[in-house]
Amino acid sequence: MKFLDEYRDGELAQKLAAEIHRATTRPRTIMEVCGGQTHAIVKFGIDELLPEKITLIHGPGCPVCVTPLEVIDQALEIAARPEVIFTSFGDMLRVPGSTTDLLAVKAKGSDVRIVYSPLDAVKLAEENPAREVVFFGVGFETTAPATAMAVFQAAQKGLENFSMLISHVLVPPAIEALMSSPDCRVQAFLAAGHVCAVMGYEEYFPLAKKYRVPIVVTGFEPLDILHGILMAVQQLESGRAEVENQYARAVTRAGNQPAQDLIKKVFKVVPRKWRGIGEIPQSGLGLREAYATFDAARKFRLADHRVEEPAECIAGLILQGLKKPHDCPAFGTRCTPEHPLGATMVSSEGACAAYYRYRRH
Amino acid sequence: MENNLNFTASCPLPISQYPHVLMAHGGGGRLMHKLLEEVFGRAFSNPILDTRHDSAQFTIPSCGGDASSPSQTATRASQLHKLAMTTDSYVVRPIFFPGGDIGSLAVHGTVNDLAMSGARPLYLSCGFIIEEGLPMETLWRVVCSMRDAAKKCGVQIITGDTKVVDKGKGDGLFINTTGIGVIEHGQKIAPQNVRPGDAVLVSGDLGRHGMAIMAVREGLQFESTIESDSTPVHEAVLNLIEAGIEIHCLRDLTRGGLASALNEIAEAAGVKIAVEQTLIPVREDVHAACEMLGLDPLHVANEGRFIAFVAARDADCALQILRGCEVSSGAALIGKVVEKSAPLVTLKSALGVGRILDMPSGEQLPRIC
Repeated sequence: MKFLDEYRDGELAQKLAAEIHRATTRPRTIMEVCGGQTHAIVKFGIDELLPEKITLIHGPGCPVCVTPLEVIDQALEIAARPEVIFTSFGDMLRVPGSTTDLLAVKAKGSDVRIVYSPLDAVKLAEENPAREVVFFGVGFETTAPATAMAVFQAAQKGLENFSMLISHVLVPPAIEALMSSPDCRVQAFLAAGHVCAVMGYEEYFPLAKKYRVPIVVTGFEPLDILHGILMAVQQLESGRAEVENQYARAVTRAGNQPAQDLIKKVFKVVPRKWRGIGEIPQSGLGLREAYATFDAARKFRLADHRVEEPAECIAGLILQGLKKPHDCPAFGTRCTPEHPLGATMVSSEGACAAYYRYRRH
Repeated sequence: MENNLNFTASCPLPISQYPHVLMAHGGGGRLMHKLLEEVFGRAFSNPILDTRHDSAQFTIPSCGGDASSPSQTATRASQLHKLAMTTDSYVVRPIFFPGGDIGSLAVHGTVNDLAMSGARPLYLSCGFIIEEGLPMETLWRVVCSMRDAAKKCGVQIITGDTKVVDKGKGDGLFINTTGIGVIEHGQKIAPQNVRPGDAVLVSGDLGRHGMAIMAVREGLQFESTIESDSTPVHEAVLNLIEAGIEIHCLRDLTRGGLASALNEIAEAAGVKIAVEQTLIPVREDVHAACEMLGLDPLHVANEGRFIAFVAARDADCALQILRGCEVSSGAALIGKVVEKSAPLVTLKSALGVGRILDMPSGEQLPRIC
């Protein structure tokens, strides 16, 4: 497939891997932030091409994984209401709350539908004026513009039967939280290319400077990831700590300005709890007061859930790179994609789920 | 009363962690596999069913006379007919899709299940469940399509049933077909017969049916229309048999796609199967659509594709025969059976690194066949 096969070429991959071998003189620990990159690394076996000196740590960049249990429970509570059409991206449907998941709620008769864009949910609200249409707004900066556009359009159309349960999160505060932890072992980051396609990469300069850490904006195909790793290694070897852009075919320094404007218009930055990590200040997006009537949590007067994660789950340690999925005694036995105990097993992009799917033997 | 109690005590609900049936229980992945094993397999278990083949294989004696004397029994044994039987229900939405419709699909799907035993398909039954209000013209188009498909396959539809259900209690039209075919060869074609060294052949490019349905349902526009691969494959299989190819197992790649089929066979045969990504044919438009939707073409359903496990020495010859048939002109050798072991399927990635090729865990695409 054009513009794709070129980035999966086995021979070029071997060449890049050889270059990484030559460039690496001592142990290096690099975190790929995005779950999509984790998935590609494990699926294509990219880490197996790397020298032993390089350790890849799988970061917290899977929005499905880091959506807190409390919010999933809220979604289940809303979806179970008879007047509601609950809409969501497909991969959220499988994620278990503390007792059940959206697919099971659907099987019991609730109206739960997969949509490919939040704008489809707005259309549903227009077509079903007697029903309450709720969209489950999750994701990083990548999906935030579409969510913002849906709210903006719903407001313009004066739709009163449309609302959103929002759990949007932001990448830079998560990197900051990881770097400021005393246990942090990360020496360089591969930043998520699609997030930067929207936001640009200006906001990473202060982080690189403050923590003396190289940050390479990286794409998602095998050659992108290998190239990003090579750039990170070269920075580490030459003692640099800069922000570089590997994914120049999609990302500019300033990013997508209209998309950013829309996000700012609809959302404000709020503190947010991350599943497996805990609360990170200024790490999420919430609706501005002007759009508060579209807040499903407020509309349905949801109780403030407090739920404890299973004590056995080590997702927090995995997301910080302190443990690998295989280190967990529950991995592949008591914890599987069908019955996940925690964050990193719930979505196909989570580190544990990727290891389970491609490497459990 | 006592019996009832005993029954309850000895038959606890097998899949207790799922109090309700989910769409994923019909999705062709691990959950469906579990449902078949733990509910139907457990309740109906018998030697024929337990082979877990696409169609059941069994023998029936010729009719007439009784078999009281040994000599009569011996004579009768030589007159045993080996048959294959299968049944399938079709609930695809939309009823008409690029490359086919529910009627032709209901013929091809059942004919193909028979073909997976190496059987020559002979007769079909058809059961129609029609929702009140279905346009008569729609029904007629579907019936005509079934008639034409049956003619093309050389099968006759010899019995049927019709039920009409209240508006809202069906989804337009559901069709069930049962097929009977005759097995005219002496080979043992079954998952349990797969052995180390076997070559794994696929009859053509993957993923077209699932993506054709998905594109229509989700209103996705691609540069060209992806058409379903729905087609009968029995002629291709019979050609293999007539040429004397030593076939160990055949499986059509419907729900769950190649990944599910390989895993099911690895499990039934207790073997490790290794395939290579770069050898598996996937058309560019299908690949692009899958990339867009985050799907793996190896998990997507097909309706005119099968895999054949053949003796290694026959692999080249089998490939030539398949490529000589229109329906399998894109056949390819994609891997081999490595060894007897704990069931495992591995895929060598485009980068040359090996990984597990797992069965999809839940639902890939809702109601595609």
